[in-house]
Amino acid sequence: MLLIRCPYCEEERPELEFRNAGEAHIARPTNIAGESDDDFEKFFFIRSNPKGVIYERWRHIHGCARFFNAVRDTVTDKFVMTYKAGEPKPAKLPGASK
Amino acid sequence: MNAAFRIPGAGRLSQAKTASFSFDDKSYTGIDGDTLASALLANGVHLVGRSFKYHRPRGFLSAGAEEPNALVQIVRDDARKTPNVRATVQELYDGLTARSQNRWPSLAFDVGAVNDLASPMFSAGFYYKTFMWPKSAWKNLYEPQIRSAAGLGVSPDRPDPDHYAARYAHCDVLVLGGGAAGIAAALAAAETGVRVILADEQAEFGGSLRFESGARIDGENGFAWAQAAIARLKAMDNVRVLSRTTAFGYYAQNFVGLVERVSDHLKNPGKELARERLWQVRAKRVVLATGAIERHMVFANNDRPGVMLASAARTYLNHYGVAVGRNVGVYTANDSAYAAAIDLKKAGVNIAAIVDLRDNPSGAVIDEARGLGIEINFGRAVVSAGGKLRVSSMTVQPKNGGGGRTIPVDAILMSAGWTPSVHLFSQSRGKVAFNEETRRFVPGTHAQDCVSVGACNGTDGLDATVDEAYAAGAKAAKEAGGKDSSVKAGKGAKPKVDAGESWSRGMLGAAPGAGPGTTVKAFVDFQNDVTAKDIRQAVHEGMHSIEHVKRFTTNGMATDQGKTSNMHGLAIAAEVLDKPIPQVGLTTFRAPYTPVTFGSIVGHARGALFDPTRRTATHGWASAHGAVFEDVGQWKRAWYFPKAGEDMHAAVNRECVTVRKTAGLFDASTLGKIEVVGPDAAKFMELLYTNPWEKLEPGRCRYGIMLREDGFIYDDGVVGRLAQDRFHVTTTTGGAPRVMHHMEDYLQTEFPHLNVWLTSITEQWAVIAVQGPKSREIIAPLVEGIDMSDEAMPHMSVREGKICGVPTRLFRMSFTGERGFEVNVPADYGEAVWEALWAEGQKHGATAYGTETMHVLRAEKGYIIVGQDTDGTVTPNDAALDWAVGKKKTDFVGIRGMMRADLVAKGRKQLVGLKTTDPKVVLEEGAQIVEDPKQAIPMKMIGHVTSSYWSQNCGRSIALALVAGGRDRMGQTLYVPMPNGTIEVEVTGMVFVDEKGERLNG
Repeated sequence: MLLIRCPYCEEERPELEFRNAGEAHIARPTNIAGESDDDFEKFFFIRSNPKGVIYERWRHIHGCARFFNAVRDTVTDKFVMTYKAGEPKPAKLPGASK
Repeated sequence: MNAAFRIPGAGRLSQAKTASFSFDDKSYTGIDGDTLASALLANGVHLVGRSFKYHRPRGFLSAGAEEPNALVQIVRDDARKTPNVRATVQELYDGLTARSQNRWPSLAFDVGAVNDLASPMFSAGFYYKTFMWPKSAWKNLYEPQIRSAAGLGVSPDRPDPDHYAARYAHCDVLVLGGGAAGIAAALAAAETGVRVILADEQAEFGGSLRFESGARIDGENGFAWAQAAIARLKAMDNVRVLSRTTAFGYYAQNFVGLVERVSDHLKNPGKELARERLWQVRAKRVVLATGAIERHMVFANNDRPGVMLASAARTYLNHYGVAVGRNVGVYTANDSAYAAAIDLKKAGVNIAAIVDLRDNPSGAVIDEARGLGIEINFGRAVVSAGGKLRVSSMTVQPKNGGGGRTIPVDAILMSAGWTPSVHLFSQSRGKVAFNEETRRFVPGTHAQDCVSVGACNGTDGLDATVDEAYAAGAKAAKEAGGKDSSVKAGKGAKPKVDAGESWSRGMLGAAPGAGPGTTVKAFVDFQNDVTAKDIRQAVHEGMHSIEHVKRFTTNGMATDQGKTSNMHGLAIAAEVLDKPIPQVGLTTFRAPYTPVTFGSIVGHARGALFDPTRRTATHGWASAHGAVFEDVGQWKRAWYFPKAGEDMHAAVNRECVTVRKTAGLFDASTLGKIEVVGPDAAKFMELLYTNPWEKLEPGRCRYGIMLREDGFIYDDGVVGRLAQDRFHVTTTTGGAPRVMHHMEDYLQTEFPHLNVWLTSITEQWAVIAVQGPKSREIIAPLVEGIDMSDEAMPHMSVREGKICGVPTRLFRMSFTGERGFEVNVPADYGEAVWEALWAEGQKHGATAYGTETMHVLRAEKGYIIVGQDTDGTVTPNDAALDWAVGKKKTDFVGIRGMMRADLVAKGRKQLVGLKTTDPKVVLEEGAQIVEDPKQAIPMKMIGHVTSSYWSQNCGRSIALALVAGGRDRMGQTLYVPMPNGTIEVEVTGMVFVDEKGERLNG
């Protein structure tokens, strides 16, 4: 069972308290009704499925109930870091060489 | 009474306390501390089972958890019949009853053994080849036959009467394995004050010190030292010592699953004791001290009862005081079997000969064996074991061929070397590395915060093991935050090894006589009956990956998971492939290390504790009034209230008619309820629901539809605006949690600028629906502060006031089409208010009704149920709910999804009503609808029935259905083909009662 650090509670909690909520950093268009089919497709359907680092949303549903973002390695299943919703995608990951 | 093979003065068990037991209905006597295996061996019993495929007679290979052969059924009573218990692990208790498995009619004469003679038919991969055709034979012949012949042991056929405990634990250092290495690591870690857990699968700690007679630590015999060290650890507050506890799985972030066998070794465990306890441990550091497992020699008939691992024979002698024979042969490729021969010889057992594959080995143990007068044959091989139900001889030849001789024996001890137990390390995703010199896989790169010490790390020798383990224990403790322990003379000091044993090397693969070109049965995997020949054949037939060889031959796939067989199998495959072993690769080690009972995994989560049960405030009243309940998710809901002599049909008909004639009371408490509060509450509602909300006046209600971003209906419900900044939202019963999740998601991540709070109030408010022409008369006398006249409180309005003296949110709304109210009161008052309303209702002849009547009444009005009449692919337009979508709105969740080409295309399935031509016929929900019943199968299906009931109010059946282009088919005749004939239906509107909606004010 994974331990996940909730950036709001500021502690690691067991994964049973959390729920995955899909890929992160996909903002809902402000004028969604005016989106072209292609743009709506990109926003709603297209998701990355990387082998390696993925940015995804999690919710501490059985804890503080907040949504937050996480960086996870899909190969090792390790959480690289977590950060609050609304914060920018981290430019540099901890432990990364560059 | 002393059993025939118990050696006086040998072993550590006290003869004082005996235990009687039975095996295959024959009674025997063992002594306290025995395993079932040692007790049977003490009585001279070697034949204990039949093999899986060939039904060959089998005995004990080992004295531990790696045992592939000696699987028995332990029978405590009618319900407790545990199959596949390893006799080498099962501790003896007085009255133990064991039975052999996989044999008929008896162990000594087993009809299934014909498979052994017919073995050319059952070679590797025979499952894949033999049962290919004809296709029909699968169902009628092959599958039933294979199913009846397959499997080991017989499952218990009653519910498990035992209970199973579960614990979570956290520690700084978790030490797995309680031999010399594990104990040394635990001692070092414990001294620093960190929290330590030490676990070992055996009843007593000590690991191989149980049989290593030469080991001396801190001036004591090794096993005695281990017991003293364990006593010291147990006395420390920061240490938890778990015996009979197997670490079966190593998961992410140092999360380890342990299962503790709490009472399987007790005669009368009593009801208080759990049978097993699951430990889920999170450790900062893990020390793996899991030891090594001896390998057998691969030669013809190496599976005969009496042929066993040398270390096993030594354990039986040195720990249990049991000789495994009187005239014992030894076959080895390393030194360790010599120690077994020496110990047995000293105990008075004749050693017929030691056969050593090596040409000219030398060393102290060899000298000692020679000094004891044991015949030693270098450069020779045992090419075959004689005997059937028990080994009777061994045939010895020079390893390069040549004349052999047959030596009578009653047991053969074998050792091909030791395989480090890297199972848990590998499960932790650590990568193993092949050591060319010692020809074994040892831990390489670690993936988690763990360290391997001792034999499982390929460290040879007791001295080196204790050194390494002690240092690793101290380091792990320090890394986990322990204080520096650069101690110490005295109690906490590093154990001093005075004498120890050391061996390594040996051989991998088939021994001479079982090499390429031979057809003998030289077993690699005993439990799945895989021979050296099978492995070669698999490679010849094109299985070049070790993973394919494994699956084709089933090598290593039995319940022992190849603990003794994997390395041999790999070496044989590598030889045929002519590749180095590391290039062929090792198969993946997976949890569990040894079999784990379902009981221990399930723990307390069974029966009433499997899933929570939710009951409404009126549950007690409903039970007392004869309600039949149905499960709706976790809720228990009153389904219908039969009166004496009524069946469901009669009760529902009466309830339906009574509601429309006078009134009915219904508990709607399970509806999800969410309070949306804040200055931006209306803006938030605008975004989450299709409807317009800004202009809804406080005190009014509206039926709302919630979509997902894809434009499909996600949920619905009536929403009351209590104040400018406060909405009382209701959801479907099943949808409550996901709607809350959905709302929170948008509020927190897409619309965080909105100042809104969401609160689940489902459990805070009990909801009593009072529906029917008399509903107002029933409620009004109990209400204070609310004018319930039609002018003051029209349909779809909400008022706050008091009922029966307690606060209420009184909704005027209807899910029946009748004048109706929903009385919300704080849940604690729910039952009292229900009783008061019921008493009023009685004056008017009202009925209590359940969910079935609720369903019928709403269907009569064409009111949909999300999830029944919709399925996640239904748009508001499909459901004829366009009127609920705000046409002027520029944004809400789903607005863009709804515009997608497919969602506005012609011919989509639309919700319509269906009337059967024969009014008495009630359609089946889910039944498919076709245009032309005479077309060829497969017919073109144009829709399906979503809701279907008998309507007593209409005097006929009614149904709702999703039908392609349905609203353009009004009046059309369609067909519902069923197994018993085709049913003719007419497409109609969705409203079957009071089309004009006049009864809402009736």
